[in-house]
Amino acid sequence: MTRATVASFLVPVLIIGGAALLALGNAALPPTAALHVSVFVISLVGKYLCYAMLALALDLVWGYAGILSLGHAAFFALGGYAMGMYLMREIGTRGVYGNATLPDFMVFLNWTELPWYWYGFNHFAFAALMALVVPALLALVFGYLAFRSRVSGVYLSIITQALTFALLLAFFRNNMGFGGNNGLTDFKDIIGFDLHADATRNALLLATAIALAGAFLLARYVVASRLGKILIAVRDTESRTRFLGYRPESYKLFVFVLSAIIAGIGGALYVPQVGIINPGEFSPANSIEAVIWVAVGGRGTLVGAILGAILVNFGKTYFTSALPDVWLYALGFLFILTTLFLPHGLVRVFSRARPSALPEPSPAKEHPA
Amino acid sequence: MSGAIGGISDTLLYLSGVSVSFDGFRALNNLSLVLAPGEMRAVIGPNGAGKTTMMDVITGKTRPDAGDVIFRADTDLTRLDEPAIAALGIGRKFQKPTVFEPHTVHDNLLLALAGNRAPHHALFARETRAERARIDELLAIIRLAEHRYRRAGDLSHGQKQWLEIGMLLAQEPDLLLIDEPVAGMTDAETAETARLLREINRTKSVVVVEHDMDFVRALDVKVTVLHEGSVLSEGSIEHVSADPRVIEVYLGR
Ligand SMILES: Nc1ncnc2c1ncn2[C@@H]1O[C@H](COP(=O)(O)OP(=O)(O)OP(=O)(O)O)[C@@H](O)[C@H]1O
Ligand SMILES: [Mg+2]
Repeated sequence: MTRATVASFLVPVLIIGGAALLALGNAALPPTAALHVSVFVISLVGKYLCYAMLALALDLVWGYAGILSLGHAAFFALGGYAMGMYLMREIGTRGVYGNATLPDFMVFLNWTELPWYWYGFNHFAFAALMALVVPALLALVFGYLAFRSRVSGVYLSIITQALTFALLLAFFRNNMGFGGNNGLTDFKDIIGFDLHADATRNALLLATAIALAGAFLLARYVVASRLGKILIAVRDTESRTRFLGYRPESYKLFVFVLSAIIAGIGGALYVPQVGIINPGEFSPANSIEAVIWVAVGGRGTLVGAILGAILVNFGKTYFTSALPDVWLYALGFLFILTTLFLPHGLVRVFSRARPSALPEPSPAKEHPA
Repeated sequence: MSGAIGGISDTLLYLSGVSVSFDGFRALNNLSLVLAPGEMRAVIGPNGAGKTTMMDVITGKTRPDAGDVIFRADTDLTRLDEPAIAALGIGRKFQKPTVFEPHTVHDNLLLALAGNRAPHHALFARETRAERARIDELLAIIRLAEHRYRRAGDLSHGQKQWLEIGMLLAQEPDLLLIDEPVAGMTDAETAETARLLREINRTKSVVVVEHDMDFVRALDVKVTVLHEGSVLSEGSIEHVSADPRVIEVYLGR
């Protein structure tokens, strides 16, 4: 077995094993024990792992296909909304207004009927499916138009940012039917299990760890396949691939849609653990933060994206409670430092090997004449 | 133009009256060129004459403002894009060697091998024995067998040129467009490249752009001289080197 294969099995083992240990520390140890893990920590780690899925998704498109998406949190948020809609309908008559079909905010707006696009969300399986299908469809349509017209580089980044901003504004509107400004919250349970119970929280953490590990293995397969090699070729020398007979746009579209699905799953797992989804999740800053996670951890390495998301968010949790005013500066500083001194990110520190995917930083790339 | 060679029916590549302007500047000006099947043609001309632009037009990178570009007498290339033209059997080597730098020499050739170009195929593709055997052959031809698992980005300039020629062969095109293959090569490598191109020409048609006159002489094929976007002179190397207009704009300097 090569080192790369060892690494690709080690990562899922670490993720799932780590999550299992934490869950065990919560469930098996009495609250008085020194090693007892509080449910607060369980949810926090669960949240980090969801972010790690977003980072992994972003690394697939940015690290391997050169698509610097500044709107990737939109796919995460859409997955989150799909799950939130299910959790909302699961509340049923336990809402403030006790309406069996209409969520509270609709009753509040004097709506009398459930909008058609809320149909089916009372079924978990349907909502889970939509958490994949909706981000995938958006990525498909958006990617088809953008890649076919050969929009790339900064222009592509800007329109991805515009996409998430447009969604932010749309979801803010009350008459969109997604709870407007307040979003969806006050969830009670998920497929019959109380969301406030420790056991449910532990199960959600484990589910997230498994999903992340699975997404990692899938991404790993894709980038190691011949398709992955073509993606890297497209990233570095797109026109060369065209003259070899490849259609870069279809390769980019494939990986963009796959990435949106992974981000959507991350979002769907995020919402039950944090208990709320609101339009703020579409804010451009969220997408930009995700880019920083990937850059800090190491672009084009997959592992780096996961590591970056977890470490930076750990730092964020720490700083925002200890020194709330400093966090944004610290984040910006961290980004500048890694860009300057660790262009391949933190993973480069741990593994001396050159990430196979990345070219050495070279003088400005010329386009073939 | 076409009258002289008896119409377009027995041509592999037929360019007639092709013009391309960039912001009012005419890079190609009513250019006509006819290539017979199996022919190798050398194209020379001063910097900015339009040699690379001509290749851009043939391969679908640049759409001409006017003129016909016909492949195998029946296919209008101006209506097709780069991958479609590549699929028809036209391969191209860039002026600046362009290989996939992070990939190994082996992988560069693998990605260039003729075959299904669809993503769903690439996702599940496993390297076949036939592919491996073909890569072995190509490595021998381009003399990079010992460098098989080196990163293409770590090769010397001349080796990259050869790798790119290997990628071109891997595509199995009928027509090869080769832009300045010997730039940055030693004299020995240049002579070797001329030998290689003549070898390739036994089965394929070739258009090669080059400034190196010794190399062009070694190819010993019909030469087209471009100047300001159109053909200035055409014929054997002796013929064009004796042409006073060619001496004035190109060779004399
Ligand atoms: N995309 C472009 N936009 C604007 N001008 C261009 C473009 N491509 C080529 N040109 C111009 O067209 C002219 C012909 O360029 P071309 O590259 O075809 O010349 P060439 O014969 O290949 O020269 P060289 O020997 O230097 O490679 C040049 O003046 C060049 O500046
Ligand atoms: Mg040129």
